[in-house]
Amino acid sequence: MSDEPVVLPNGRILRYSFHERMIHWIAAISYVYLLLTGLAFWSPWLFWIAVALGGGTISRELHPWAGLIFVFSTVLMYRMWAVQMKEEPADKAWWKATQHYIRNEDESVPPADRFNPGQKILFWGFFWCGILLLLSGLILWFPNWIPWNLHFLRLAAVIIHPAAALLTIGLFIIHVYMGAVLEEGAFAAIVRGYVSRAWAKEHHRLWYDQIVKGASARK
Amino acid sequence: MSGASLEIRAISGHAGSVPGAGLKREFEVCKLIDTTTCIGCKACEVACLEWNGYSFSETVFNNSYQTMPETSWNYWNLIKFNEHEDKDHGMMLLMRKDQCMHCEDPGCLEACPADGAIVQYVNGIVDFQQEHCIGCGYCMSGCPFNIPKFSPEARKVFKCTLCVDRVTAGLEPACIKSCPTGCLHFGTKPEMKELAEKRAKQLRTQSGFSDAGVYDPSGVAGTHVIYVLHDAKNPELYGGLPANPSIPWTVKLWKHPLKWLGNLAMVGGLVGVAIHYLRFGPKVVKEDEENPEEGGKR
Repeated sequence: MSDEPVVLPNGRILRYSFHERMIHWIAAISYVYLLLTGLAFWSPWLFWIAVALGGGTISRELHPWAGLIFVFSTVLMYRMWAVQMKEEPADKAWWKATQHYIRNEDESVPPADRFNPGQKILFWGFFWCGILLLLSGLILWFPNWIPWNLHFLRLAAVIIHPAAALLTIGLFIIHVYMGAVLEEGAFAAIVRGYVSRAWAKEHHRLWYDQIVKGASARK
Repeated sequence: MSGASLEIRAISGHAGSVPGAGLKREFEVCKLIDTTTCIGCKACEVACLEWNGYSFSETVFNNSYQTMPETSWNYWNLIKFNEHEDKDHGMMLLMRKDQCMHCEDPGCLEACPADGAIVQYVNGIVDFQQEHCIGCGYCMSGCPFNIPKFSPEARKVFKCTLCVDRVTAGLEPACIKSCPTGCLHFGTKPEMKELAEKRAKQLRTQSGFSDAGVYDPSGVAGTHVIYVLHDAKNPELYGGLPANPSIPWTVKLWKHPLKWLGNLAMVGGLVGVAIHYLRFGPKVVKEDEENPEEGGKR
């Protein structure tokens, strides 16, 4: 982690370090740019987005570079979160309680670690789609580099790129809704870094218990 | 190139209908290339460069009379030379003038996301408008003939225009004008088709080419450049002319089912989360009863 205190005197708990917040927002901003320019190329009805962002040519030039920034931040996320995102046998019980989670009956949902199984799906969905988007995107980036006898690569990229992007858009809609609208306190956590004890206890009980144990051991 | 006075039939990446559709009637034009009377003189290659204002560029000769392996962004007209050992006719040097085929169902236009970068005129000419091209190269994925070429300098894509500027002014394309043997013809599609069939019949009945025929592939709904071939059953012999060209299935899958599925899923997702919020509201953390001063959301 960093030199930021894990538990503040007023009882607030560090959920995301500066390092984690920084990487999250680099990924977020690059993704939103990719999403907007990508949607412009997806449908003629949305091409005005490219015009608003400086024109079709500039959008086409910058989209791949934003893609590289996004992939780079995804690699950094993998380095800092992959271990905590690992699927656990206990996740099965959480998935069985999905309907309670959806209905906001959180008292009937098994306690979660630092990341709940839904967040893990988000992470791995973005990670694997990111790899597909990178590989297909590289082929689409350099149209004059693919010789005619490797034309099938371009034809595959043409379908893989939007299909993988659509999967991330599905994840993105749910992620933004939950992080910024549904779950009070979650947006503050990824901006300021801290959550209340009650928030940690409610949403990530196993993680909270470990933090409290660690804090009292240090005393 | 711009054919401003021509009636437009289709526009790439365009939301809504084609403005002014159906105002005028125009002939469908067609270029006929009789490969059986081509002598490979390359006059058409030079005429194309001259008319379109391109200078000669560096090339690769590959143990052949062919000027370069493929057409390039500034070399739109290329005669492909192919040696072929025929059991009835011995050694044949098959020469086919390669250029944009001006498909009736153009894959380049289908794949293009940029509004107005590719237009198809009612006369059948498919024309790139470089001022609207964003340089994505998707047209290169949509084309079954390997024709659109990306210019690294201009960062845009170029190809044969069927001399739309000349045709608009009532002139024949530059390649047609330069042809010394008369193997190139230009006229309306029905006229050219009739002439081509007549020539193919002559080849079959009088010259011993029993497989002679006309190349006007139905997979792209026909083309506005058609060939007479000695062996219409094996068009691949003529420098890789595809036997059954069509818009690639991945491009079709992307532009039709995936597009509608994706639009439905995206709108459905947004509506779904909105309904969820209205029905279940926010996840509010209950006050911590043990430490009320510490707990809760601030």
